[in-house]
Amino acid sequence: MSEPVLVVEGLRKHFVAKKGFPKPRTVRVRAVEDISFTIKAGEAFGLVGESGCGKSTAARALLRLIEPDAGTVTWKGENVLTAKGAALKALRRRMQIVFQDPYSSLDPRQSIGDALMEPMRVHGLAEGKEARRRAAALLEEVGLPPAALDRFAHEFSGGQRQRIGIARALTVEPELIVADEPVSALDVSVQAQVLLLMQDLRKRRGLSFLFVSHDLSVVRWFCDRVAVMYLGRIVEEGPAGRVLANPLHPYAQMLRDASPIPDPSRRGVLPRIIGEIPSAANPPPGCPFHPRCVHAMPQCSTQMPAWTAAAGDNQGGVACHLHG
Amino acid sequence: MALFPLPRFAGEGWGGGSAMTGFVIRRLLAAVPTLIAVLTLVFIIVRIVPGDPALVILGDQATPEAIAALRTRLGLDRSLWAQYFSFITSALMGDFGVSMVTGRSITAEVAAVLPHTLDLTIASMIFGVVVGVPVGIWAALNRNGVVDVAARVLSLLGLSFPVFVSGIFLLLAFSLHWRWFPVIGGADLADYGDRLHKLVLPTVALGLIMAAYITRVTRSAMLASLGEDYIRTARAKGVPWRRVVWVHGLRNASIPIVTVVGLYVGILLGNSVLTEIVFNRPGLGKIIVGALNQRDYTMLQGLMVIYCFLIVVVNLITDLLYGVIDPRVKAE
Amino acid sequence: MSTTSELVAPPAPTGWKRALGKARSNPTTAVGVVICLLIMAAAIFAPWLAPYDPAEQDIFNRLQPPSAEFWLGTDQFGRDILSRLMWGGQISLTVSLGAIFAAAIIGGAIGLVSGYIGGKFDLFVMQVMDVLLSFPSLILGLIVVALLGPELVNLVVAIALTAVAPFARVARAPTMALKERAFVEAGRALGFSHTRVLFRHILPNILSEVMVMGTLWLATAVRVEASLSFIGLGVKPPTATWGGMTRDGFENILDAPWLAVFPGIAILLLVLGLNMVGDGLRDATDPKLRNE
Ligand SMILES: Nc1ncnc2c1ncn2[C@@H]1O[C@H](COP(=O)(O)OP(=O)(O)OP(=O)(O)O)[C@@H](O)[C@H]1O
Ligand code: SF4
Ligand SMILES: [Mg+2]
Repeated sequence: MSEPVLVVEGLRKHFVAKKGFPKPRTVRVRAVEDISFTIKAGEAFGLVGESGCGKSTAARALLRLIEPDAGTVTWKGENVLTAKGAALKALRRRMQIVFQDPYSSLDPRQSIGDALMEPMRVHGLAEGKEARRRAAALLEEVGLPPAALDRFAHEFSGGQRQRIGIARALTVEPELIVADEPVSALDVSVQAQVLLLMQDLRKRRGLSFLFVSHDLSVVRWFCDRVAVMYLGRIVEEGPAGRVLANPLHPYAQMLRDASPIPDPSRRGVLPRIIGEIPSAANPPPGCPFHPRCVHAMPQCSTQMPAWTAAAGDNQGGVACHLHG
Repeated sequence: MALFPLPRFAGEGWGGGSAMTGFVIRRLLAAVPTLIAVLTLVFIIVRIVPGDPALVILGDQATPEAIAALRTRLGLDRSLWAQYFSFITSALMGDFGVSMVTGRSITAEVAAVLPHTLDLTIASMIFGVVVGVPVGIWAALNRNGVVDVAARVLSLLGLSFPVFVSGIFLLLAFSLHWRWFPVIGGADLADYGDRLHKLVLPTVALGLIMAAYITRVTRSAMLASLGEDYIRTARAKGVPWRRVVWVHGLRNASIPIVTVVGLYVGILLGNSVLTEIVFNRPGLGKIIVGALNQRDYTMLQGLMVIYCFLIVVVNLITDLLYGVIDPRVKAE
Repeated sequence: MSTTSELVAPPAPTGWKRALGKARSNPTTAVGVVICLLIMAAAIFAPWLAPYDPAEQDIFNRLQPPSAEFWLGTDQFGRDILSRLMWGGQISLTVSLGAIFAAAIIGGAIGLVSGYIGGKFDLFVMQVMDVLLSFPSLILGLIVVALLGPELVNLVVAIALTAVAPFARVARAPTMALKERAFVEAGRALGFSHTRVLFRHILPNILSEVMVMGTLWLATAVRVEASLSFIGLGVKPPTATWGGMTRDGFENILDAPWLAVFPGIAILLLVLGLNMVGDGLRDATDPKLRNE
C-alpha cells in the first residue's frame, strides 16, 4: 500500500489529580500508557475500546491539544511533539479533528460563515470574497445550503452541526482527520448520513482517518485497519476484517461476541457485563486484562505480555501470553 | 451577586476528628494566612500605591531635610522587605503603631471608642435579622402576593439608601421635627439606658441595608427550601404547616442567611463610618475622618489593619456558626 | 453529494438580547430604566437645561427655600440647588461609569486569563481577589483616595479597585466552563493562538454576564462615590458633587434642611434606578430563575 503519514510510538499521557476532600491524595490516572500505531496515506484507522480506556486522550495528545508525557508522533517524517510556532501551525493544518458533541463544538456567538472563514484567514489561505466563496463551496460539499453561512450554530440540528464541524475541519485542507466518535451523539437516523458523508469525502479527497468509536460494526464498515485499546494500551491491531471477525486477543473476542447486534438503536454501546470495570487510576499488574480474562494463566498476573506479530502478511499483532 | 465565599487558602487542611474544639482550633490556624494576606494587601496599598508617603504627608513644598527626617521617623529609609517584615510581625503581635499627630498608641485610641462602633454594628446586625428574616419568610409564603411585592420593592429601596442619606432623613424626622431622639450621639458607656436610647436612630439607619439584604436572601432561600421534597413529604405526613415552615424551612434557609450576615458585616463596618459622622457618634469612623483631615498617615494604616482584624474575626465567627448550624461542615 | 437537509429552528435571540427582552416585560426594570434615563439626560444636558450657573454666588439669595424662582432652593452661597444637582450628576455618572468600566476591563481580563490558564496560577490570582474582596469597599476606597488625593481620576481608580475582584470572579467562572468546550479545542486544532481563542471566542461568550454585573455594580459605585464625597474625599469644591452638596447641607441642617434632602434624594433615586435595572437584568439572565 502507500507510505505512512502518521507514526505514533510509545505515546503516554497520565493525568494527575488531587482527589478526596478530608485528606486529598494524588491520583494518577494512566489514561494512555503506551500506544504505537501507523496510519498510511488514504487509510482509515480505527481505535476501539470501552469507555474510559483512553481513546480520546490518545487522539487529543497526538494532536497536541494536550501535551503527552512521553512518546513520539511523526507526521511525514516531521516530529509533531517538538514543533513550535510556525512549524506547529503548519502541522495543525495537516491534521484536523471532528468532535463527538456537535452542540459544544461550534462557537455559539459566531456565524457559520465566520467559523469557516476564520481558519482560512489565520492560515493565509483566502480572504474576503474568496474566503466566502470557499466557505459556501465547503458547505455544499457537506450537504448544506449557502444560506447557512449567515446563521448561527443554535439554528441547526445535531446532524447539521456535525456537517458544519466537518466543513470547518476541511477549511485548512487537511490530509488526516481525527474523528472522535463523530456520530455517537447523533440520532440513529442521521448517523448513517454523516458516516456516508465522511466516507464520500475520504474517497474524493484522499483523506486519511483516525476513527475513534465504540461501534464495531461502524468501524468495520469504515476502517481499513483497527486497533483495540484496553486501559491505555493497544492489545491488538490489524486489518479491520481480521481483527473484528477473528480476533486473537481474549478482550477483542469478548467485544466481538457481545457486539453483533443488528438493531441499530442498540448499537454504539459496548457491553460492560463481564468483570469489573477497569480503572485507569489503579491498573492491575501483568496483563491489564487478566482480572477479567477467561483464559488467564499464572504468568498473566505478573508478566506483561509482549507484542507478537499475527500469522500471515501484514496481519498486525497482539499482546497476549496465549499468542506469545 | 455577592455570595462570595470567605477567603480560603490552599493550606487549609481539614484533617480528621470532628470535635468542636478541634474545629475551632483549625479555623483559628487557618485564619493566620488570611490575616497575613490581608495585611500584605494593606502594606501594598499604603506603601506602594501613593509613591513616597513622606512626600504625600508633607506636600510638594516640604524641604528635603523635613522629608528625610520624616522618612526616618516612619522607617521608610529601610529596605522594603525590612519594612514589610516588621509591619507584619508587629501587626500580628497586636502592635498597630502610634499616631503621627498625637503620639498616642493607636490601640489605645481605638480601644477607647471601639465599644461605640461595636454597639452600632451589632445592633444593626440584630435589627437586620429581626426585621429581615420574618419579612423574608412572610414574603416567601405569599409569593407574588401583595406582601411579597411590597417586600421586594421596599428591600430594593432599602439597599439603595446610602447610609448617610437614610441617616439624615431619620435625623430630620425623629430628632429635629418630632424631637424623640437626641441629635448628639455620644453616650456614656456606663449608662446603659442612655447608650440604648442614642443607639436607636443610627441602628435603624445602618440596619436598613442589612434588613433589605436579609429580606431578599431569606425570601429566596425559603422559596428554594420550601420547594424541596422532604418539605412536601413533611406536609403530606400531616406535620402542621406552621411547624414545617419554622422548623424545617428556616433551618435550611439559615445557611445562606448566616453567609449574608457574615458577608455584610464588612459593609456595616464600612458604613458605620458614615453613620457616626451623621449622628456625631464617637467611634472608628470619627477617628478615620480625623486622621484623614490631619494626614495622620500612621493612624490610617493602623486603622486599616484593625479593620482587617475585625473582618477576619467576623469571618471566623461566621465559619464557626456554620459548624453549629450545619454539623456536616465539621464532618466534611 | 448527500441530501440537503433544510434549516430548522427560526433564529432565536441569545444572551444579552434575550435578557433585555425579558427585562423589558418586567415593570420594575422599566421604571428603573426611566429613572436612569431621566437622571442621565438631566446631567448630560445640564449646560442647556440648568436654570442657573452652578458656581454663581448670589449673596442676596442665600439659603432660599424652594420657590418658583429657585425650584429646589439655594445654598449658603446663594447657588441654585437644582442647577448644582444637574451638574453634580455629571460627576457621579462620570466617576461611576469610569470606575465600573475600568473595573470591568481589568477585573474581566484577570478573570478571563486566570480561568483560562487555570492551575496554580489561577489559585493564586483568585486568592488575591478574595483578599481584595474581604475588604469593605468604602474603607478601601477611602484609604486609597486619602493616599492619592481627592481628584476625579483618583476616585475612579479607588472605586475601580474595590470592584475589580467581583468582576474577576464573574468572568472566571464561565471562562472555566467554556474552555472545556469542544469549540475551544477545535480552534486550537485549527492553529488559533491562545490570544485568539481567548479574545475572539471566549470573551464574546462571557460579555453579557460581565455587562449584567456592570449594571449591578454601577449602583454600588454611585453610592461609594457619594459616600466619599460626603466624607470630604470627593472631587474638590467648588465643583458640585451630590455627596459634597449633602455634606454642605448637613452642616446647615437646622436652618435649611432642603439643602441636604434634595441631593440625598438624587443619590437615592439614581442608586435605586440602577438597582432596579440590574435586578431585572440579573433575573433575566440567571439560569436558575429562567424557568420560573
Ligand atoms: N483532563 C482530565 N483530567 C483527569 N482525568 C482525565 C482527563 N481526561 C480524561 N481523563 C481520564 O482518563 C481516562 C481516559 O479518558 P478518555 O476520555 O480518553 O476515554 P475514552 O476512551 O475516550 O472514553 P469515552 O469512550 O467515554 O469517550 C478516563 O479515566 C478519564 O476519566
Ligand atoms: S495475557 Fe493472559 S490475561 Fe492477558 S489477555 Fe492474554 S490470556 Fe488473558
Ligand atoms: Mg472519548
